Amino acid sequence: MQSVLAPAGTQSSSIYSLWSLMLLASVVVFTVTLLFVIAGLIRGVRRTRNEGSPSSERTLGRAVAAAIGATVTILIALLVASVWTGRRVASLHASSAVTIEVTGHQWWWEIAYDDAVPSRRVTTANEIHLPLGRPVVLKVTSRDVIHSFWAPNLLGKRDLIPGYTTAVWLQVDRPGVFRGQCAEFCGLQHAHMAFDIVAEPEADFERWLDGMRQPASEPHGAIEQRGRDLFMTNRCAGCHAVTGTAAHGQVAPDLTHVATRSAIGAGTLPNTREHMQAWIKDPQASKPGNQMPANPLSADDLQALLAYMEMLR
Amino acid sequence: MSERLELPHAAEDIALLERTWAEPRGFAGWFFHVDHKSIARRYLVTAFVYFLIGGVLAALMRLQLSRPDNALIGPDLYNQIFTTHGTTMMFLFAVPVMQALGIYFVPLMVGARSIAFPRLVAFSYWMFLFGGIFLYTSFLLNAGPDVGWFAYPPLSEALYAPSRRADVWAQLITFTEVASLATAISLITTVFKLRAPGMTLNRIPLFVWAQVVTSFMVLFAMPAVMLASTALILDRLVNTHFFDVEHAGDALLWQHLFWFFGHPEVYIIFIPGSGLVSMILTTFSRRRTFGYLAIVLSLVSTAFMGFGLWVHHMFATGLPQLGESFFTAASIIIAVPTGIQIFCWIATMWSGRIHVKAPMLWILGFFAIFICGGLTGVMLAAVPLNTQVHDTFFVVAHLHYVLIGGAVFPLFGAFYYWYPKITGRMLSERLGRWFFGLFFIGFNLTFFPMHVLGLHGMPRRIYTYPTVMGWGALNLAASIGALLMACGVLLFIVDAVSALYAGEIATANPWGAGTLEWATSSPPPGSNFPCPPTVGGREPLWENPPDQPVVIGLRTDVRDVLVTHVLDAEPDHRLEFPGPSIWPFLTAMATTVMFVWSIFTPWGVVYGSLPIFITMVGWFWPKSAEEGGTQPWPIHHRTLPQPGEAPAAGGAI
Repeated sequence: MQSVLAPAGTQSSSIYSLWSLMLLASVVVFTVTLLFVIAGLIRGVRRTRNEGSPSSERTLGRAVAAAIGATVTILIALLVASVWTGRRVASLHASSAVTIEVTGHQWWWEIAYDDAVPSRRVTTANEIHLPLGRPVVLKVTSRDVIHSFWAPNLLGKRDLIPGYTTAVWLQVDRPGVFRGQCAEFCGLQHAHMAFDIVAEPEADFERWLDGMRQPASEPHGAIEQRGRDLFMTNRCAGCHAVTGTAAHGQVAPDLTHVATRSAIGAGTLPNTREHMQAWIKDPQASKPGNQMPANPLSADDLQALLAYMEMLR
Repeated sequence: MSERLELPHAAEDIALLERTWAEPRGFAGWFFHVDHKSIARRYLVTAFVYFLIGGVLAALMRLQLSRPDNALIGPDLYNQIFTTHGTTMMFLFAVPVMQALGIYFVPLMVGARSIAFPRLVAFSYWMFLFGGIFLYTSFLLNAGPDVGWFAYPPLSEALYAPSRRADVWAQLITFTEVASLATAISLITTVFKLRAPGMTLNRIPLFVWAQVVTSFMVLFAMPAVMLASTALILDRLVNTHFFDVEHAGDALLWQHLFWFFGHPEVYIIFIPGSGLVSMILTTFSRRRTFGYLAIVLSLVSTAFMGFGLWVHHMFATGLPQLGESFFTAASIIIAVPTGIQIFCWIATMWSGRIHVKAPMLWILGFFAIFICGGLTGVMLAAVPLNTQVHDTFFVVAHLHYVLIGGAVFPLFGAFYYWYPKITGRMLSERLGRWFFGLFFIGFNLTFFPMHVLGLHGMPRRIYTYPTVMGWGALNLAASIGALLMACGVLLFIVDAVSALYAGEIATANPWGAGTLEWATSSPPPGSNFPCPPTVGGREPLWENPPDQPVVIGLRTDVRDVLVTHVLDAEPDHRLEFPGPSIWPFLTAMATTVMFVWSIFTPWGVVYGSLPIFITMVGWFWPKSAEEGGTQPWPIHHRTLPQPGEAPAAGGAI
């Protein structure tokens, strides 16, 4: 589900090969060294008087020198393997790459698909869709403290550091949904700062991206209408944005297409109606310390708001 | 020894000598002690108490993580717990406990009557004690630090950590760094200037070498973290902008400064551990350590290299690849000197006559665990692999294999090895085996699964995890392992306390060891050696000829010590050392008030410095000549036998 040992991308596969090599070398070195420790122990326990002849010391010296030589050889081999893998992992095939901006917040991920045409820019949260087989460049930074972006099945970590924007690339070779989560301690809810990467065929990806470019749909029924009014007049709109409405808040996840996402609160809860209801009523219950306050709404109001949330597809 | 006691007036001289070196008794007298053994015993007990508290915090974390979605401990408390656990184990246990062993045994092992600057060492202890009390008082007041033992800004900056918790962390660093710098200076001076005649550089015991190397690392590494933590306090207290991104500060600057200290810190903990391995292994192998010179050079080169690989803690920050490769190479190559040491130890065992007693068990356990930790260290040096397992439970496993394997296993071995010397009583061999067994199995059950958890994506420092992640079973196993370790430690405490009263009486040299701490009674008298020894070989008790001379001509009515030359330990001059004093305690009190005050207002630094100044004046108030003001005494070479000469006949001690 979230594992270094099940690589699904170009980067993570190279790293997995390096891991296998290192594991093999380590097991061999560990076993051989420990066998010598045990053999030395048995010899030492059985011996009844000291040897200490100069010739036996010389033999020991040669054995130690040989062991050091073997150590240096193995280490240099591993160093070469490491640098070689590093070059493969870091080299960037920029042509036709999809560029995605990832910005860390306490405790969620802002995801933006840049476009030359500003109106075609897409902003979402906690869920990244990628086309299969195409290089993707992530430009990462943070708005508050240091976070670290990590989807172990696809690529190694990259820290999100305020004041720095760095780029890391990846390419996914196998379709699927890959979970990742923040790997740099970032405060109270470091444990609940996950995201999903959805890797899908190019056509599906383009369709998804097109959908995301659309503004929020207009409410049809009265209840959804009431839900939207509540969203705008309550404090929701102060923090959240819904494209095509008056809600332009920038400090919390964009909710334009919230109903399409699989989770609430950066992976805290699955995105179902009852979980959304619990979340809106008291986000502090499941993710204590997060920035969203509790919302004491009447049952009717809550249902209306939920209906509006569900139509934001 | 018996021959000397037959000298005329020798018995009276020894009695006078013991009165001269005795420490004041009673409750009030307790605050005056400057004897290195007394200070070191307190240091050891205090550090061990901090270790137990840190262990309780670890147990709480294991309890919280033992099952998914556990609501036992909330994030606010959990963050305080893991920060305080890490801070305690690094700053209040691992470094101080090793220094404490140095304070006790370095003077004994070099054949000196005292540690250099005994009052400074007493001051160091009080700072260490007060630092720990400060941290845990804050913790109990719900002001325990909660920004990680590394306190990365901006999370530790006032904007994101507005309470006093981060200040407590930063100021605790100042406490412990002052303490360890003071001890480091004393240890270096002791080894350079107070060695027994004949203890040339190539005869210094390996544990003492390890302490010297470590002390030099302390001198160069600790200022980096003091600079960093002071800058952090300034950012928080008076709005400087060292690490404040909004005002052209730099968040990465902290990481460079912190890890420039933080990586050497690992070796500051491991190198004394390796010194312990050399000592214990040699004693129980009944032969000189194989490859003495190679081991000493390994220690020194590890210390140098240890300062050149801090960036491997920052591989995920996105540094240029060429620069990273350099640090990968450095991090991999540092395995070579450690490998050299391990091969020399194996060669020592290979050609020795081994007695497997409780201390030796811990050394054997050390091999299994430390080698495993070293190998995962090589993995972490590789940038691509590092970016996958960095900040996951894989690293938690690695660091505990290295630090518990490399330092705590040898340390427990040293407890069993040196307990008779310190207390005059033996620990139980049977309970020792049980302790080792429980701890060894518990340790592996706790930490080995964490490698797997890390590879399966479990990051560090999370207070809970969802059931669907599938991390529950291995976490439960780890928690059960922690319980076994706790049982082992409990057995040790029972053993250590009951042996104080009921343990078998220890002889001067119960293990048949070769170094000088075994050349005096168990426990040693206040003056350490009624007649300070001279040294004719690397393992003096094994290699000294029966007519090896001793040092005579030191005064018995004042605390007179023999100062020798750095390289060849030729006698240089005699020096009178200071006696018991209240001033180290008072100075430490005043410093504590200033440190704590200054986290609330910058004026605390200004006004808080006045009492420190006053106590320093008291400390350094010169003595008149009648009171025996400190003067180097000229030495009369006739009364100081040179190594290799026959013992001087007759004369006072």
